[in-house]
Amino acid sequence: MPELEQAPATAADATKNANGNYFVRFTREQRYMHATLFTTFLGLAATGLPMRFSESFWARKFATGVGGFGAILFLHKLCAVVLTIAFLIHLKDVVQRGIVNREKGIFWGPTSMIPNWKDVKDLFGHTRWFLGLGPKPQFERYAYWEKFDYWAVFWGMVVIGFSGYAMWFAPFFAHFLPGWALNAVLVIHSEEALLAVLFIFSIHFVNTHLRPDSFPMDMVIFTGVESEEEFKHKRTKEYERMVAQGKQRSRLGIAPPLWLINFSKVVGYAALFVGLTLLVLTLTAYFS
Amino acid sequence: MLVEATVGKVRLLCRAILAASLSTFVFASAAVALHAQADCLTCHGDASMTDAAGYSIAVDGTKFGASVHGSLQCSNCHADIKGYPHPDKVATVECATCHSDQADQLKGSVHADSKDHPCTSCHGNAHEIFPKTDARSAVYPLNVPKTCGQCHSTDGMAGKHGLASVYPNYIDSIHGFALSKEGLLVAANCQSCHGSHGILSHTNPKSPTYKANIPKTCGNCHAKIDADYEQGVHGKAIAKGNLSAPVCTDCHTAHAILQPTEAAFRMQSTPICGNCHKDKFSTYRDTFHSQLGSLGGYVETARCWDCHQAHDVRPASDPGSPINHANLVTTCGRCHSGANLSFVQYQPHANARDRKLNPGLYFVRLFMNLLLGSVLTFFLLHTILWLIRSRYSQVKNKGANGGKNA
Repeated sequence: MPELEQAPATAADATKNANGNYFVRFTREQRYMHATLFTTFLGLAATGLPMRFSESFWARKFATGVGGFGAILFLHKLCAVVLTIAFLIHLKDVVQRGIVNREKGIFWGPTSMIPNWKDVKDLFGHTRWFLGLGPKPQFERYAYWEKFDYWAVFWGMVVIGFSGYAMWFAPFFAHFLPGWALNAVLVIHSEEALLAVLFIFSIHFVNTHLRPDSFPMDMVIFTGVESEEEFKHKRTKEYERMVAQGKQRSRLGIAPPLWLINFSKVVGYAALFVGLTLLVLTLTAYFS
Repeated sequence: MLVEATVGKVRLLCRAILAASLSTFVFASAAVALHAQADCLTCHGDASMTDAAGYSIAVDGTKFGASVHGSLQCSNCHADIKGYPHPDKVATVECATCHSDQADQLKGSVHADSKDHPCTSCHGNAHEIFPKTDARSAVYPLNVPKTCGQCHSTDGMAGKHGLASVYPNYIDSIHGFALSKEGLLVAANCQSCHGSHGILSHTNPKSPTYKANIPKTCGNCHAKIDADYEQGVHGKAIAKGNLSAPVCTDCHTAHAILQPTEAAFRMQSTPICGNCHKDKFSTYRDTFHSQLGSLGGYVETARCWDCHQAHDVRPASDPGSPINHANLVTTCGRCHSGANLSFVQYQPHANARDRKLNPGLYFVRLFMNLLLGSVLTFFLLHTILWLIRSRYSQVKNKGANGGKNA
């Protein structure tokens, strides 16, 4: 089978030589954060949805499969604790860089996650482009839909996390919450989680990975680097700013090794598969 | 042949006379009867003896002698046989001649029109009947379910009459296990609840299995539970003649009774109350208690009676009720250690769709639904338009295959 043996080597050479430069888009820490986020999110969704739709046929089968409800709740809480720690680390990182170190570009400017006037213009400009009424906007490091993703997850973690812990430690939270709030936290927790599941497994998947520009998967969140051509095309404004400031050298990265591409593909496709399966199950349970 | 048969009969006769003489020595009063049995057993003692239709007409003399009727003469029951030889066709034995009370009860019972011999169907071989306290008896407590099960099981006679197959349910029930596994003579068997000779339909108000009589029937053994039940709203309703209130069997079933503390029963229990309390069941299903509870493998979450009591169910206004406001901290605290006055304001039957009853919850749900609907609608449209537009421009710029970075 010479083709199979030769194929990877050829592919690796191709990635090294083609397009020349690779630029770093995500740091190692950011990639690990995303990995932690999506693994725990998949875990939380896979264990949370059977509880939300506990009367559907697949919920009981799944629950029995993993060792009953006790096991499901344990895994749910485990993922929740890991995600909480990741969230706190991120908060600490933001405070450290933005407030303690007074690093520029954390709270404002083109590299910030905080929405600005350009995002509003981009949203309308993008919509005009969808309808063929204007040119395609040029995006900076984080486009408006990516900022929405970030803040949706940020808000979601606060809301789902707080309501989740309020249920976990209900007698403690009852010291400072009114009685009806104990009823409300379940509604908040499950509705917000349902929104998160539906949003991530349909809109985030399509916007980030499945749209024609990135189909079938945008590998940059796994490898951290993007080819010069892709970078220029997707983040035109950021690329132009980098060139104008002469900072290409500091952003240069190395072409991702083949093992990392393959590993990322396996992990990414698995996540897509699990997510889309959960999406189908959720929709069937919701509409039945 | 004839000679051989005659020799055989003579041999049997000699043996019988010998046995009779020995018995006479021990038991002088039984001598006449034994003598008479021995006459008949000369022929009927042959285990292979059959009538013209092929049915066995053999009698095991030893077993008969030991049976409850062992001291009787054959002709006490087979009254139409006066001597030997006797006619081919003999009359059916009338047990009622002696057992008239039982026969009267049987006449009024569901088994009155039995085509088989009504007595032997249950008591077994007429020549081997033992007292019901004897383990060999077909109506010994440990043998009763099997005896009734001959008809009341899947392929039994009862099935042909459109009756449920109750034997398998009973034998796997808590009563059945107590009887078959532990050999508990006091465990309820069929006749403990249904009676024996005078079994009546459950639709007959005189029957111990008539709905209004069930608490008393079960209470024969479960006296404390019955007393609790009579105190509760369901017991009082039944006592007033309101037959829509549940009795023991509505929750526990009549035959397949499960151990109520075990998972199997806890898993299937809430819809039973929900049959009548539909609104409460519906709001319960919205709660975490129900969501957890219906998944299986985790049965600790509160079911109806964990809060309301199973037997002594009382309205919340009753100070003795576990859901009376004064008792909530204790009741909730049984599972939620650290439950306080604020915690027990949680409403286990809150209705997020009822604006008047639960305004806070109603608006929280409304807000969450609006948020969910608006975000998803906006981004769904956004994504669909984007997909169409970017595929269009991809094909336009790079040919039908699109391309990596269109």
